[in-house]
Amino acid sequence: MTDLTGQTLAAARDGLRTKAFSAAELTEAHLSAIAGARGLNAFITETPDRARAMAKASDERLARGEAGALEGIPLGIKDLYCTEGVRTTAGSHILGNFVPPYESTITKQLWRDGAVMLGKLNLDEFAMGSSNETSHFGPVTSPWRKRGGNASLVPGGSSGGSAAAVAARLCLGATATDTGGSIRQPAAFTGTVGIKPTYGRCSRFGVVAFASSLDQAGPIARTVRDAAILMRSMAGYDPNDSTSANLPVPDYEASVGRSVAGKVIGIPKEYRLDGMPAEIEALWQQGIAWLKEAGAEIRDISLPHTKYALPAYYIVAPAEASSNLARYDGVRYGLRVPGKDIADLYGKTRAEGFGKEVRRRVMIGTYVLSAGYYDAFYVKAQKIRTLIKRDFETVYAEGVDAILTPATPSAAFAIGEKGSGNPVEMYLNDIFTVTVNMAGLPGIAVPAGTSTEGLPLGLQLIGRPFDEDTLFSLGEVMEQAAPKVALPERWWS
Amino acid sequence: MSVDQATVRRIATLARIAVSEDEVPHLQGELNAILAFVAELDEVDVSGVEPMTSVTPMALPLRADVVTAGGIAEAVLRNAPMSEDGYFVVPKVIE
Repeated sequence: MTDLTGQTLAAARDGLRTKAFSAAELTEAHLSAIAGARGLNAFITETPDRARAMAKASDERLARGEAGALEGIPLGIKDLYCTEGVRTTAGSHILGNFVPPYESTITKQLWRDGAVMLGKLNLDEFAMGSSNETSHFGPVTSPWRKRGGNASLVPGGSSGGSAAAVAARLCLGATATDTGGSIRQPAAFTGTVGIKPTYGRCSRFGVVAFASSLDQAGPIARTVRDAAILMRSMAGYDPNDSTSANLPVPDYEASVGRSVAGKVIGIPKEYRLDGMPAEIEALWQQGIAWLKEAGAEIRDISLPHTKYALPAYYIVAPAEASSNLARYDGVRYGLRVPGKDIADLYGKTRAEGFGKEVRRRVMIGTYVLSAGYYDAFYVKAQKIRTLIKRDFETVYAEGVDAILTPATPSAAFAIGEKGSGNPVEMYLNDIFTVTVNMAGLPGIAVPAGTSTEGLPLGLQLIGRPFDEDTLFSLGEVMEQAAPKVALPERWWS
Repeated sequence: MSVDQATVRRIATLARIAVSEDEVPHLQGELNAILAFVAELDEVDVSGVEPMTSVTPMALPLRADVVTAGGIAEAVLRNAPMSEDGYFVVPKVIE
């Protein structure tokens, strides 16, 4: 039998329909891959019993010819998505024993379409981080290593477990979330494809909130087609999310393979940073050449407020986080540390329940929202957000269809490498991705090559609002043109 | 803009996060590093610019004023660290 875990999601879907293997066999192969990869720490909770039961039900539906779009496909779920009856931790001690009494809209739609849940994937605590090192459940080790090295590298974050599990072939695809780059940066670090859809495209209902005006759910998968297949099941209007867009969901897979001739691709000069590694610049030029060869028109553009996106993000995101995380008070759910009175209980619970990075961001957020500072920080940052969005609207109005940029300023780094006293060092990882969240746009990260040390590097395409279709078409063009990079050998089992 | 140690303690109180005295200098340094980073925004002229209040242009939808979920007190209380007779239990608030 073929390697059931090494195939694409699309191939597995077809194999299930032609009865080349059963959903039970496919799930069993992934469960044993997971059992052999515990050293990577990609999963916080494994759900083998549920997976087997779901696969069995899938086989029954396949036999009856009632297969859903994702029938029998084993997926990993970022542990930020509430799953009814299955512990959902958000990577935090404060939710360490939280068992949701309800299901997130997105996972509900995945199960509706026949997908199988393998377990809950590790992440930075409350999705706050770029390396998966802030998780209460320990860091995730990337399946990738530098050529000739054996140091443990980060898979990126916050969706580090999702990216690592997909790259290590522990699941055929995974859900993820992206507030400042948390889908695209780990996808770039692990040679996988990740798309952050337009704000409002996927429901946020039942996804633990970090920064509500920036959070958006999306998939990580091994190919552009696989990501498109997952997106169709994840997207859609949900009355339970008041910011959900009431628009029909296109057949994203139909965009994969579509010609991109005549598409206008903007190259923003502000993304050319001082001191950017030569290999990132070369990769970007390579991407430009690929799209040009495919018939796209390349146009130099300017997005003048780009450099202010990251500092403005570090006002908006912590402000919203401090408000969202106020609910963790030791009273209604989660950890409780007893205190002499209610205020003491709150303070002790939150000091013990939140990790260092979360405490820091809640405090920054509290400060920028406090009396006397609200206008100087929060309102100003929201005004800058208007300017950032206007930059994009201007170039789109001038006929640009999508924008090509690097996904990250470097390849993956080692665990512990960026643990200095200055948190800003880690924040700079999101320099190319955060503008997209600030403007609510869709962005996809696609593997495009490798660093001199043999690590994956990705390029990012930014689209018009609700035009994920074009990103899938362009992404696949780059995927086809890029050198084929084999996923890492299984050194971990 | 930077914060002094008294401000760090005040923020911690507002955020309801207990902070020990030996954590204060460290937190002060980290918060000031972030504030120095965001100070770059000072150079942007935002006069006449409206703050973004909605990411995508949309009106907030309204729903009918009816009960859509209810009668699930048991499910609501299931994760409570302490509950009794259908209530959350907290330390005495009023003396």
